[in-house]
Parts: sequence; structure tokens; C-alpha cells
Amino acid sequence: MIPRHFEYHAPQTVPEAIALLQKYGDTAKLLAGGHSLLPMMKIRFAEPGHLVDLGKIADLRGIREKGKELRIGAMTTENDLIWSTLVQEKCPLLVEAARLIGDPQVRYKGTLGGDISHGDPGNDHPAIMLAIGASFVLAGSDGERVVAADDFFLGLYDTALAADEVLTEIRIPAMAKGTGWCYAKLKRKIGDFATAAAAVLLTMKGDTVKEASIALTNAGAMALKARAAEDSLRGKKLDDAAIAEAARLAMSICDPAEDLRGSVEYKTAMTGEMVHRALRTAHERAK
Amino acid sequence: MAASPDLSEREAALQGLGVSRLRKEDARFIRGQGTYIDDIKLPGMLFGAMVRSPYAHARIKSINKEKALAMPGVTAVLTADDLRPLGLHWMPTIGGDTQAVLADEKVCFQMQEVAMVIASDRYTAADAADAVEVEYEELQAIVDPHKAMDDDAPIIREDIADKDEVSHGPRTHPNHIFTWEAGDKDATDAVFDNAEVTVKEEILNPRVHPCPIETCGCVASFDKVTGKLTVNVTSQVPHLFRTVLAMLSGIPESKIRVISGDIGGGFGNKVPIYPGYVIAVVASIVTGLPIKWIESRIENISTTGFARDYHGIGELAADKNGRIKALRFFALADHGAFNSHVSATVLPAGLFSICTGSYDIPAAYCRVDAVYTNKAPGGVAYRCSLRVTEAVYLIERMIDVLAQKLGIDKAEIRRRNFIKEDMFPYTTSLGWTVDSGSYHNALDKVLKAVDYEGLLKEQAEKRANGELMGIGISTFTEIVGAGPTKICDILGIGLFDSCEIRVNPTGSAIARLGTMSQGQGHATTYAQIIATELGLPSEEIQIEEGDTDTAPYGAGTWGSRSTPVGGAAAALAARKIRAKAKTIAAHLLEVGEADLEWEIDRFKVKGNPEQSKTMKEIAMVAHTGNLPDGMQQGLDASEYYDPPNLTFPFGAYVCVVDIDRFTGETKVRRFYALDDCGTRINPMIIEGQIHGGLTEAFAVAFGQEIPFDENGNHLGNSLMDYFLPTSFETPHWETDETVTPSPHHPIGAKGVAESPHVGGIPCFSNAVVDAFSHLGVTHMDMPHSAYRVWQQCKALGIEKRDNA
Amino acid sequence: MANKHTVSFKLNGNDVDVVVEPRELLIHTLRERLATTGPHIGCETSHCGACTVDLDGMSVKSCTVLTVQCQDADVLTIEGLEQNGELHALQEGFMQEHGLQCGYCTPGMITRAYRLLQEIPNPSEEDIRYWMAGNLCRCTGYQNIVKAVQYAAEKLSPAQEVS
Repeated sequence: MIPRHFEYHAPQTVPEAIALLQKYGDTAKLLAGGHSLLPMMKIRFAEPGHLVDLGKIADLRGIREKGKELRIGAMTTENDLIWSTLVQEKCPLLVEAARLIGDPQVRYKGTLGGDISHGDPGNDHPAIMLAIGASFVLAGSDGERVVAADDFFLGLYDTALAADEVLTEIRIPAMAKGTGWCYAKLKRKIGDFATAAAAVLLTMKGDTVKEASIALTNAGAMALKARAAEDSLRGKKLDDAAIAEAARLAMSICDPAEDLRGSVEYKTAMTGEMVHRALRTAHERAK
Repeated sequence: MAASPDLSEREAALQGLGVSRLRKEDARFIRGQGTYIDDIKLPGMLFGAMVRSPYAHARIKSINKEKALAMPGVTAVLTADDLRPLGLHWMPTIGGDTQAVLADEKVCFQMQEVAMVIASDRYTAADAADAVEVEYEELQAIVDPHKAMDDDAPIIREDIADKDEVSHGPRTHPNHIFTWEAGDKDATDAVFDNAEVTVKEEILNPRVHPCPIETCGCVASFDKVTGKLTVNVTSQVPHLFRTVLAMLSGIPESKIRVISGDIGGGFGNKVPIYPGYVIAVVASIVTGLPIKWIESRIENISTTGFARDYHGIGELAADKNGRIKALRFFALADHGAFNSHVSATVLPAGLFSICTGSYDIPAAYCRVDAVYTNKAPGGVAYRCSLRVTEAVYLIERMIDVLAQKLGIDKAEIRRRNFIKEDMFPYTTSLGWTVDSGSYHNALDKVLKAVDYEGLLKEQAEKRANGELMGIGISTFTEIVGAGPTKICDILGIGLFDSCEIRVNPTGSAIARLGTMSQGQGHATTYAQIIATELGLPSEEIQIEEGDTDTAPYGAGTWGSRSTPVGGAAAALAARKIRAKAKTIAAHLLEVGEADLEWEIDRFKVKGNPEQSKTMKEIAMVAHTGNLPDGMQQGLDASEYYDPPNLTFPFGAYVCVVDIDRFTGETKVRRFYALDDCGTRINPMIIEGQIHGGLTEAFAVAFGQEIPFDENGNHLGNSLMDYFLPTSFETPHWETDETVTPSPHHPIGAKGVAESPHVGGIPCFSNAVVDAFSHLGVTHMDMPHSAYRVWQQCKALGIEKRDNA
Repeated sequence: MANKHTVSFKLNGNDVDVVVEPRELLIHTLRERLATTGPHIGCETSHCGACTVDLDGMSVKSCTVLTVQCQDADVLTIEGLEQNGELHALQEGFMQEHGLQCGYCTPGMITRAYRLLQEIPNPSEEDIRYWMAGNLCRCTGYQNIVKAVQYAAEKLSPAQEVS
């Protein structure tokens, strides 16, 4: 219940935060919403010597449009996303995902940036980011760089975020007109991580799939883009057989960890089922 | 002549028996002003934190306290060596066993208590607990109870290895606790040998845990000057706790005060006496300072009294019309490393022999073999009415199994076997005399309410379409209200209960009882009983429990015993007062007592109703000199009630489920619960108990378990994995009732709070199995998690979309 | 030994100052230093919600907030709901609809419902079950809690329309 001792820092700007990360090296951890990190510290699975709280940095909040892009500050909370009319309009997939994360209190604190950069395969936003083709602004001592979601998730608790970098902003391209979307998540109860989940964007041209984007949560060491499944749909009619084949191809890249939620076999099968559900629902919404 | 409205006004003013009056205890809780154990702060108070074993079975080679003791703010680090000179390193359990207070040379379950750090505050205590260094030599652990009595099984309890008997009969193996049986084995076997039909199933009641939102804890405070020990504690059994403390510590009970204040849920989790309590007491005696110990959630789930872990085999013998001729139930009971759960001396398997259920079964035999394993101690807990959950689960599952084998409708087979109304009081072939029941009526009412025929039709259509829909029925009979002292005791102390009432001169009253609410609303319901008996408003009747300095001796609250035993004591104590009041009234009205009749709140002279005296008026007179010759002042009474029998609430439940064969998810579409608890004291409170018990049953049926690996390591002992449903998962409950009073209870009431749990679990399970029954499935073990149900779908080859 | 921080914030309308280590959890500061024992502790993994407070207009689990993060915060607990001897509609509702039994989850439950009714003034049963799913209860089975929140929503609604 009680964390070990640590020092606490609350920088007012991003450069201050970066400087602290540089100063304290691997004894420092960034504190965003705190609902992944603090529980681990309370059962003493994580014992950082320094916490750098991003909560006072005004620049990291805010949701706005720039041109056709939606730009979301990394410290935007799940609750902010759910109630934002801009996000509801421009990226409803993000809202659907946020609603399936945690519980109301967790969503008041949990942040988009934190969920993305933690590197936990159980987190939901990485798959969403892959599905929508987002990119991330990373600020470090050498300045800013923009990294595509495709290049960001490297492995278990392993992302492209360097030790002295801060994820500051998430940039989301506009959704093509007539795109359907769905995040289908199977979980044991509210607040649980996904047993399996699939994020889908589907753009139709009449009966035919013009573009498909499928990404998987908790089906491997990190979020996975189901490219073969996507390829199998492009240019095809979205009938039972096509959906079944896409699900099968998505399942073929799964490598989930066995735990109390289920065996590898079950989780893999459920990934297929979530892909199925997400494709069907996205299709309905692609009007 | 008093007109009807006046009567109903006077009745309403009492807010007595049968009224859904609002609760008196709510005023503090809605303001956050309850006094729970962790709210208590005393001057100089120190904080205890436990050091626990990472291994399920190991020898302790060494304990190094140096680093911990060197930390500022640390007062002491207690181990078994510190308790040994006081003889307190072991303690008696309420199950008749002994349990290590702090591990004495070996540990027998993962997270067993090894040392307690005493420090200035909980933060320092946590750091110091981490700094205690313990060296272990790991031993092979027994996790599977089926292996506990193997010839080569490691001995878990070396402390009693040479004892042929601990407290419940002969032991055949060092890891054997007891074997208990009931019924006529030979007669039963004979019926099975000649039966037209027999069915047999292996049925598991998995290990689960009550998990109240408040964990266990205490503040122990020994006053060196007065020699008085005061223990504030989360205990459902404050008096028993005091008696055991006296036996342990040598301090006389007159100098021990146990106070249970507001308790944040018990459900049986707060009945046992835990090592943390005892060590806090010892630490307080040694330091002369108050010591607080509050466990964490993980400690709670991992080390305090779990529930169930009964590995059952159920057998029924019947004729081809489904009429049951004999029952044979067996259970292997995994008690963990110590037999610590509440057990009557002659009933170590609790009330398991109620397993004949609501049915007229001419021959029966049941046996329970209990064993030690390298897991936390416990077994009886969680709204189980003392193994009644296990028993009712077996019979309600087995009657469905029989119905399926014979192709008889699951409601119809129950009707054919019910104890009929004219058979009550009915003595079962296992020896219980069921006080009253009306089973056909309850079942019919429920089936009509849910349109059973319509559901069956819908199910047939859905099945033709490859969909899984299940209809579950549970017609259970409970046994609660322990109990008659000739068979019900704990460590020899009979399970009577008590009530003392004092009426004040101005007409209000205070009543103290030996039971202990943990949310059941006693401050309201007992006041309602007494209000109707005495004709005084329940609003002006103060109820107190839990302080052993003032409350009369009782066995506490568990097994739904408060209404059957405490409620009876309250009614009878009140009637003693009313009897005295009648004598006073006769004296005041100058008539004979035979000329008086009682009406709501007053005595009236027969034939001359203007001549009356209210209880309120009599209360004042009772404190004056105007009393009959030889009568003492005061208007009070106490009753120690030894119940003549237990009580038998019953119910009929129906559950409708829809199962997604692709994911294994179950949606509870409808749950209709009819309960009969006899006389209903407060319908609003009863409904609340039903909702709560059904929700806990839902949790057990669909997700709860305490899994271990083969070395006895916990695999899911936090709320990350232990399934507590949120408001979102929890179904909507429909409740209904019939009223069949208990003939032997002073107000005909039976108790109700555990019925929904006992009856709910088999109802959910029966629904899930019924969803697959057309495909030949006869039984599925709990929990019916999506994963496990999906595995059943896979075994049937129906889990894939292309196999519709 | 970590450096101590002085943290000043508002608690139920009153200014408070505490001196704490960075690792001190808000729930402990409230309960141990500020005599505010309404919010309770039910777990250590941030699941049960018994510790829920209203912090800067958000429902937050105070066991998962460091006190040092609360400089200048505005904190409301169950103790702050009753105003001038008048119960909040939610407190009334929980009592009227029997939305509590042991009372342990109740402060967190009511405090969360308080914010819910600001988010959604007229919630359906489905809304309530979804938006209160961060508060666990073992006694009530939630059904009467739903009714209690709806009672309060109705009681508050004319006032909402006016403002």
C-alpha cells in the first residue's frame, strides 16, 4: 500500500521536465495520470528514486485542429477525450476506446500520452494509434521529432521514447469521408485489461472495401498491426468469407501471454472474434 | 368506540414489525461519520505491519531483525520466539484446532505470518517490514487435497503429527483433520444397489473469499495501571473473541473489553480470530501502548477465512418417474493448513447434512473427509450458513442431472419430490426437522411470474437456430439460526443468544444484544420487533451491540442467526416486560389481569375500552411507588434464548441466460427470486439483503476463484483478478415473496440474508448447464467465466462461426 | 529520507496546510492528518473506489494521488456535502432508497454520484451503472444505489433548470 521513498518534481515547462530526466537518468520516471505507475509503486514492483510530474505543464493539455489534423496534448485525459465534441466528431474511434478503458475515476486521471508511452501491451491506445495512423511529437534535449505510431511500439515495455524524451502531442490525420470505425474489446469486467481487442477503420466504396486498418491489443508483446488481414480485405466485398479470412489472418500473428484471462488458444480465438465484431460494426457505421 | 383510522394511526406511529421503515443507522453513514476500525486513533498508538512467508511450505532457518530495528520509529519486531515465553505463539481456533500466531520454525501456507513490526506509523512499519530478513528452506507443498493423504505426502502439521485426534474424531493420516458422516450408509447403499436409475457427478465448490470492502483489523490497548485490555476489532463474534482472549492471555474476562463498532461488511470473513489480532494484543501488553493492525486487501484475500473448497461427488437413486429414493453425497474438504473456521464440536462439517434439500428422500448418507493442505486456513465463510452453500449446490445440481437423464422437466421433477405442505414439521432422513415450508406454492408462483412455458418455447426455437439459452431453477431450503445448545457450540460455548431491554420512565427504551451487525440493519430491525411487542415507537428504541462490557453474552452474527436467535430473545424479553406491565396495568385499573386485553400500544379493559393504560404511562408508573405489593421498580427484562431448533427459510429462483458461443460470455437476461423467510420484519431491508446475496452469488458463479500453482503460490490474489462485479456487470434483480412462518419462533421469523447466496449459486449454475443440456452436457464446474464456458463450447465443437 | 513538501489546498471549503513526504497518499493525509475519515481504504490496487473524493471537479481515487500533487487543489469529500445542516439530495436519496447497508463504500459512492450528476443531470439506470462502475459494493448489489441516484437527480432537477 505504501511506496518507497522518492523525490518529487513538478516542472512548469517541457524543457524543465527534460532537464530533470537528463539529471536523474534511469532513477527518474515520468508521472502522467499515475494510474499505471502509482499502483506498481504501492506494491513495490516499481521503485523510482525520482518522479517528474507532468501535471503542471499547461502546454501538454488541449485538443485542437490544425488544418485537417487533430492535435491532442499528451496529458489529455480519457475523460477529456470522451466529452470532447471535437474528438467525437473527428475521431470517434478514440472516444469509443476511451470509454472502454478503466472506470470513471481512472478516466479522470489516465492520459492519452501515458497510455501510449507506458509500453504495456495491455493498454488500449497503442492499437488505436496504429489503426488511425497517428504520429507522436517527442521532445528531447536535441529538440523535437515526430515519430509515426508504426515506428513507435517496439516490444514489451519498449518504445521509441528515449530516456530523456517527453511525448508532448499526438497528431491524428483526418478520417476519410464514409469511414466506419469500431473498437471491440473483450474483458472480464469494467476496469480489466483486454482479454483481446481489435481496432478497425473501414472505408468502403459501395460494396467493396477501399481501405481497412486493423490493429490488435494485448495479442503480443506490443500492439500489432494486422497487415495481412488488411491486405486481404482491400478491394474485396465485405462478406462472411472475407471477414472470416481477415480474422484468421489477424489470429495468425497473435502471440498473447497466458494468464487468468485465458490460454493462448482462447486469447487468439478471441482476437479473431473481436476482429469479426469490429469489422461488422465498422461496416454498419461506414455509411 | 375507537374507529379504524385511529388504530392504524397508532400502529403507524410504532413503525414496528412489517414496516419498511428507513434505517436508524444511516444518519451517520451518509455523512461519513461511521466509526470503523481504521478510524480509531488513540494517544501514543503504534502501528503493526506483518512480515509474511513467500513460500507455501518451508522451514524457517533464521530471522534477522537488525536492519528493521535500526530504523528510526521502529519499536519492536515480534517473532514466535518473543511469544513463546508467554505461551502465545500458538492459539486455539474456533474450529477446535491450534494455529500458529507467528510461524514457529516452519511456515505452512504462502503469506503465513512470520513476524510483526511495531512502529510509529504505517509508513515506517511498511519500510521496516521490508527490512526484516528471513531465511527459508523450501519444502514440497501439497496443493491438491486429493494428494494430502497419500502415503508419501509431506507432513504439514508437525505440531500435531503424533495426535490421533485433534477435536473431531480419529485421524488416519497426519494431514487428515476429520471424517464426519450422517445418515444410514447400509440402508442407502441397498437402495442404490436396487435402483431403477442412478446418477453420479463430480461437483466442485471452488475456493472463494468473502472480500468485504473493509479488511480485518484491530486496535489493542492494554492499560498497565488498571490491567484492563480493550480491543477494538472487526469481529462478528465479540463475546467469543473475549472468551478466547481470556483463555489465551490469562487476563480474566472481567478485565477484557472487546468492542466491535461499525464493521464494513463481514459475510463470515470476520468470525475467525486472526494472528494479527493476537500479536497486536501481545504487543500492547508488552508496551502498554495502543497497537493498531489493519491488513491490506491482498493479505485479506490470501490469508483470512476463505470459503468452500469442497470437492464433491453427488449421487442420486430414483425410479423412472424421477422420484428420488436415496441420496449419497461425499465431499473432500480442503481446510488449508489449520482448521480455523467456526465449527460446532459435533458438526465439524457444519450443516452439510441439509443436503436432502426441499425433497422427501427416504434414505440418505453423506460423508465429509477434511484434510490439511499448504494453503491459508478457513472453509466456512461467505454467506454459507455453515456449509449449506455446498450442500444445496450439490442437491440442486443433482436433481437437474437426474431430470436430464430421465428427460423430465426440471420444474416437474422438483414437484414430484418436494416435501408436501401437510408433512411439516418434517424430519429428513439425515435428522433435521424442517419447521415449515410451502414449496409447490413458491415454485408455481415463480414459474407463472416468468412465463415458464413461454421461456421453454423460446428456448426450443433458439436451440433450433444454434443459439444457447439456459433456464435455471433453484428450489432451495436453507438451515440457519445456530442453534440449539445441545448440538451447537463453539469451543463448548452454546450458541444461544440474548437480549436485555430497559424501558425508561418517559417511555423510550434501550436494548442490548449478543449479536453483531455488519450492515444488516439490526439497529432498525430489532427496534421494530421490540416496538410491536411493547407498543413503543421503534424510533425511540435504542439498539446496541458489540461492546462486551455492556452487551449480554451472545455468539455474534453469522449463519443468518440474528433474527432466529437474537430476534427471538428480543421478542421474549419484551414479552416479559409486557407481562410485568400487564400486572401494573391491572393494579392501576383495579381489575384482574384476565380482564385486560392488549391492543397495539395499551392494555384495555374487556368490555370497557375507555379504561386503558398505554405502555408509555406504565413505564412512568414502574418507576414510582404506585406498584402492586411486593413488586420491584423498573421495567426491564433479559432473555437468554436457547432455540429449540434451527429455522428453514426457503425459496424458488429462476434465472434466464443467453450464452455467446463464440466468446463464452454469459448474459443474465432475467433473475426472479422468491424468498420465504417467514414473518418479514422490514421488507425494504429484506429486499436489500436479497440484492446483495444474489450479487455475491453471481460473483461466485461467474468468476470468483483463488487459484494456486503447484507450489502453493497465489496466482490471482488482488482485485486485479479476484472478481468483484461492478454495477455494470451486475444483473437486475426481481424479488417476490411468500410467507410461511416458523412455528417454533416467537414471531415466526426465519432469517434471510444468506438465502439468496445459497439459492442463487445453483440457480446460475443450473442455467448455464441448461444452456448446453440439449447437447448432452450434464455438469459444468464453476466459475462460469467466459474462458471456461468457451472451453465447453470448444469441446462440443460449437465455438467457431463456420460451425453454426 | 526524502525532502518534505508543504502543500496548501482547500478541503471542504476550508484552507488547510500539511507537510508531507512525496510518497504520502492523499487518502492518508485526509484520514490521518486532517481528521477526514469519511473516505475509506478498501484495497491497494486502485480498484475499489472507497477512497473516492472530488478533486478540482473530478472524481478521483485518493489512494492513487500523491498529496504533493494537490497544491492549490479544491477537494470535496462526503463531509462537505451537507451544507448548513441540510443534507445533499444524494445523502437523502441513499437513505430513502436503502442504498447502503454497512456504509463502508457509501462515502466514495455518494461523492462519485455527486460528480456524475454534474456530468449527466438525468441519468438512466444504464448510465448510472456505467458511470458508477468505479465504486465497488458488496452489500447492496447496486440496485438501490441506482434508485438513490435517480431520486437525487429528480430532486435536483428543477434547481438545475433554473441555473
